[in-house]
Amino acid sequence: MNKNLHFEDIKEGMEIPSIKKNPTTQQLVKYAGASGDFYQIHYDMEYAKNNGLPGVILHGALKNAFLGQLITDWIGTSGKLKMLEVQYKGMDLPGTPVYAKGIVSKIIDENNINCDLWLETESGDKTTIGKATIQLPKN
Amino acid sequence: MSDSNTIPKSLIDAIGTESEQLSNDIEKGAIRRFAEAIEDNNPTYLNEEYAKSLGYRNVIAPPTFLRSVKTAPLPDHIQSPYSAVVDGGSVWEYFNPVCAGDKIFTITKFEKVFDRDGRLGNMIFLIKTTSYTNQLSELVATQTTTSITYEPKKEK
Repeated sequence: MNKNLHFEDIKEGMEIPSIKKNPTTQQLVKYAGASGDFYQIHYDMEYAKNNGLPGVILHGALKNAFLGQLITDWIGTSGKLKMLEVQYKGMDLPGTPVYAKGIVSKIIDENNINCDLWLETESGDKTTIGKATIQLPKN
Repeated sequence: MSDSNTIPKSLIDAIGTESEQLSNDIEKGAIRRFAEAIEDNNPTYLNEEYAKSLGYRNVIAPPTFLRSVKTAPLPDHIQSPYSAVVDGGSVWEYFNPVCAGDKIFTITKFEKVFDRDGRLGNMIFLIKTTSYTNQLSELVATQTTTSITYEPKKEK
């Protein structure tokens, strides 16, 4: 984790250090329990298949959490996450690693730094897209 | 607002309706289990001494933790005439940290409804905002969610 990211450290277009997540069926069960989302398409293979899915799929909110971690790992303890937006474009399956990635898209001032975020599979599919607005301290 | 007549008037009249308020106790163990489930080992979520050294009351919750707290449903009549639903995504806005030991009060408001034609046919969008307020009457966060509803395709 970067504990000392400052406003002076960033510029428009720079990449946010990506993080790799390795979701498993066990993680989906843990997330169902921790979040209280017990929709069966996330842990019951037969139920998922009967609903036309290739298998159990990741909770959208879990993917939202991955994008949140991308930002909080990057900004560390001094920056603030002010806004986090997410849109789901495709399904993610356990057993398929995903990379959370992003860039600094627009710097208005130190209190309003906009970022574009996404989740990408190893084959390059962007299954989730998002945006964040952050605030960083000045040196 | 669309001039289409696919949106029932009762739904348009219901804009601004709020749910009941619910109260949630934020437990340290629940924050730990949530952080473990998303596999985020940030010490601010797990280590009380560390979190306090940063000036927080206790460990804080990850940004999407509030997803796990209870919200009351909107009244039954606030629903689309279409039965199929996809999650159109969400926008979180954050104002204050959520700490273990806090009480969080939730209210959900029906904000907006509109329709649009797309690849699923005519789709009705329902926009709701949940506000999260703590025991100090500070607004902690809001989450605005979009549900996209459509008529399921008939079996051929």
